[in-house]
Amino acid sequence: MAAADSSWFPALSLGVSLFKCLFISAYHSTDFEVHRNWLAITHSLPLDRWYHENSSEWTLDYPPLFAWFELALSQGARLLHPPMLLLSNLNYSSPEAVLYQRLTVICTDLLFLYAVRECCRCVQEQKGSRDVLNQPSFVLAVLLLWNFGLLIVDHIHFQYNGFLFGVLLLSMAKHMQSLHLQGALLFAVLLNLKHIFLYVAPAYGVYLLRSYCFTQDNSDGSVRWRSFSFLRLAALGGIVLSVCFLSFGPFILMGQLPQVLSRLFPFKRGLCHAYWAPNVWALYNGLDKTLTLLGVRLQLLQEAELPKASMTGGLVQEFQHTALPSVTPPVTLLCTVLSILPALVSLWRRPRSAQSFLRCLLLCSLGSFLFGWHVHEKAVLLAILPLSLLAVQNREDAGIFLLLSTTGHYSLFPLLFTCAELPIKVLLMLMFTLYSFSALRHLHRGPLLLPLETLYLGGLLPLSLCCDVLLPLSPWGARLPFLPLLATSLYCSLGIIYCFLRLYCSMLRGGAERPKQP
Amino acid sequence: MQTWSLVSLCVLLGLAVRWGVSLNSYSGAGKTPMFGDYEAQRHWQEVTYNLPVQEWYFNTTKNDLNYWGLDYPPLTAYHSLICAFVYNGVSLGFALWGVLALGLGWDALGSVAFCLALNYKQMELYHALPFFCYLLGKSVKLGLMGRGLFLLVRLALTVLVTFALCWLPFLSDPGQAMEVVRRIFPVARGLFEDKVANTWCSLNVLIKIRSILSSDSQMYLSFACTLLAVLPSCVRLLTKPTFWQFKLALANSSLAFFLFSYQVHEKSILLAALPACLLLNDLPLMAIWFLHASTFSMLPLFLKDGLLVPFVVTSLGFLYFSIYLLSALERCSEEELRLGAYHKLLFCLPKLDLAWIVRWKFYVSVSVMAGLSIAAVALAPPPHLPDLFPVLVSIASFSHFLGTFIYFNIVQFSEPPSRKSQKKNN
Repeated sequence: MAAADSSWFPALSLGVSLFKCLFISAYHSTDFEVHRNWLAITHSLPLDRWYHENSSEWTLDYPPLFAWFELALSQGARLLHPPMLLLSNLNYSSPEAVLYQRLTVICTDLLFLYAVRECCRCVQEQKGSRDVLNQPSFVLAVLLLWNFGLLIVDHIHFQYNGFLFGVLLLSMAKHMQSLHLQGALLFAVLLNLKHIFLYVAPAYGVYLLRSYCFTQDNSDGSVRWRSFSFLRLAALGGIVLSVCFLSFGPFILMGQLPQVLSRLFPFKRGLCHAYWAPNVWALYNGLDKTLTLLGVRLQLLQEAELPKASMTGGLVQEFQHTALPSVTPPVTLLCTVLSILPALVSLWRRPRSAQSFLRCLLLCSLGSFLFGWHVHEKAVLLAILPLSLLAVQNREDAGIFLLLSTTGHYSLFPLLFTCAELPIKVLLMLMFTLYSFSALRHLHRGPLLLPLETLYLGGLLPLSLCCDVLLPLSPWGARLPFLPLLATSLYCSLGIIYCFLRLYCSMLRGGAERPKQP
Repeated sequence: MQTWSLVSLCVLLGLAVRWGVSLNSYSGAGKTPMFGDYEAQRHWQEVTYNLPVQEWYFNTTKNDLNYWGLDYPPLTAYHSLICAFVYNGVSLGFALWGVLALGLGWDALGSVAFCLALNYKQMELYHALPFFCYLLGKSVKLGLMGRGLFLLVRLALTVLVTFALCWLPFLSDPGQAMEVVRRIFPVARGLFEDKVANTWCSLNVLIKIRSILSSDSQMYLSFACTLLAVLPSCVRLLTKPTFWQFKLALANSSLAFFLFSYQVHEKSILLAALPACLLLNDLPLMAIWFLHASTFSMLPLFLKDGLLVPFVVTSLGFLYFSIYLLSALERCSEEELRLGAYHKLLFCLPKLDLAWIVRWKFYVSVSVMAGLSIAAVALAPPPHLPDLFPVLVSIASFSHFLGTFIYFNIVQFSEPPSRKSQKKNN
């Protein structure tokens, strides 16, 4: 390429934005109707009805700042295509409505593009290499901009993750540039946009306390207790509280806070989503099912005593386990906290460094993914995207990234189950996997995966063949429609748990081998 | 990054873009001609592997990135495939195999491939003359008394055998064969149909030829004009059978046929787009300009089939990325654009900076095409001129194609730049 060094970023961004436009008419999930309904709610109803409205099953369950965002979008809809804003127009998806909403996703992705550019700036360049394709910042830009998960979830399945992850990445970039107040502000905004980011709030809390409120370290890297700055703590608190007040304020004043919170945290939805996210509870469920079957076979359990519907019915409801003890929300909370506690402690005890923060954030998001209540499989993106930043700088992280991203992305396959989208998801998956493998191997000069890990990833191919081709066509296909999803879920959870453990090992092993970060 | 992974990525990206475009089809979930598309894409992969050794004399990294641009032209060419218009890709693919084989010096294989292409779609006759002249010229150059004659005989036999094999079921009864021929060449259908960007349709705006001349004289007129248009290029190729001349002759011949032939459809511009892609590396700006114009010429068709969004996306993408990756706007000095001959033609105006003029013409033309596209979508035509926009589009495209035709002819007749200056440009 004879182009200047900095012109590759606009080229990549334009390319991916144009590419996203091609999927405007592709399949979209019920999330499309969800957002259309929210546009209608925020536009047609007064503020005090927003969190009470339930004429549609897709009630408003994001924090108020997102509702304000939808209100802003609805103004555009009002000018272009008013019928989509009618509450009664359930499942309305005219071409204009689809075009408008898809374009809003593509346009709000501009924030994501900006955030990626900021992250690329924080990455150390390799000295002496003039080849643009081999620069860490270029590889990072491609891994983030063309991330398979985001393309599939945002631009086909339909969600606003790009924009939200943009805010997260921007916040992370600000912390890496030591602009902690800006980073905190962005994170507070993010929490008020989508509360799933509470998963990583502990990492932020500990890091900001450790690295911002305590202004100095001792020579051995431990915290200097005397350097605590109340002013800084007050500034942080002020920022967070004011953002929360801006967002929740009107509802607190109207006394609707309990209602809002009940909408935000619907614990009645069951331990697992309709499709089990590949986490620990999926394995637990699988074990429960196996033991139940065994128990029935060995006549330790009576079949008549078993609950009729099962968790594999594909519905979102609360159910009990049969052979193993049932899991309740407090239990999952405890497990999550226990899983991330060592990481938080390790972050506290380390000298201040943005890389440790990143690692802890990663572990918090993975820990919450693995042990959380009613986790969606899309939440794996919360781990894959930040890991990309580490992958381009560190050899070991690159290996873990390859494993996590391939497994995590594969676990998103069931989201697109229509025939027309099958080639797309296969092609995009191949593209991303091919690129990540070859670029990272070239960057770090050499193989990155152990033979066992390569074997595991290789197993995804026969798994996909079985699930997408063989099982549906076989005689069991009709009787056990959930079997492919179950198999995918269980297989992927093994990989993700393994990555979690490996990341933990690398964090706890300490920062001796890691390259110095600016 | 390694070559194979870059190329595979480009192929996958090309496939993904095409599938994305196909998701926009008019009838909801139209059948995508996957075989045809895949076949053509695989050919592009081969082209990027093999042709670099032959002609493109750049180092490997630059090479691969250049060919990312190459993945877009087939897409602009295959937009029309998505309107349930299947398997254009196969005949074009075979033709490309033919060109590739000739480029590598495998003449017999190239002939076989081209015969297959020809037997797949008779439109490939647009490319037939250059193939013929190139191979004939090559044989003559090798000496008609020795190896040349041997080559000629071998090629003739190959062609005959291939044709015989393809037409085997029909050869038993000459009447059947004639019927097939009559069906492939429907001479009763008139000089042109609908709005197509060639001479006759554009001329028809001023003079109603279709009503003035009888059907037979229309046929003779178009035959004569086509022959006249294609003759200079083919004769030049006969005398100088090099691969460079061959590529230019392919472009010239297909353009000549498109502009002057009988019963031409808009989609036939794909046959001219194929050689233009082969010229992307040598004459980037002109090739990109022509390819963009060829997609634009099919705009009325796209609008009819509801393919506005893919049209906009792929046109913008192609224009931006081909110019960016091939550095087309930087590589347009007078020498690189082979404008030397124009200087000689315009000898009365010696002080013109032709390169600057060409660049500005490019900008103006792209703006005009963009403006016409927007107008065609946003504005309603006046009631007494219901076909205003398709006609405007076809006239604008026609002027582009005519200009490109003249340009490629002039380039074919001018001397290729010396090796030294080529190395300097690399």
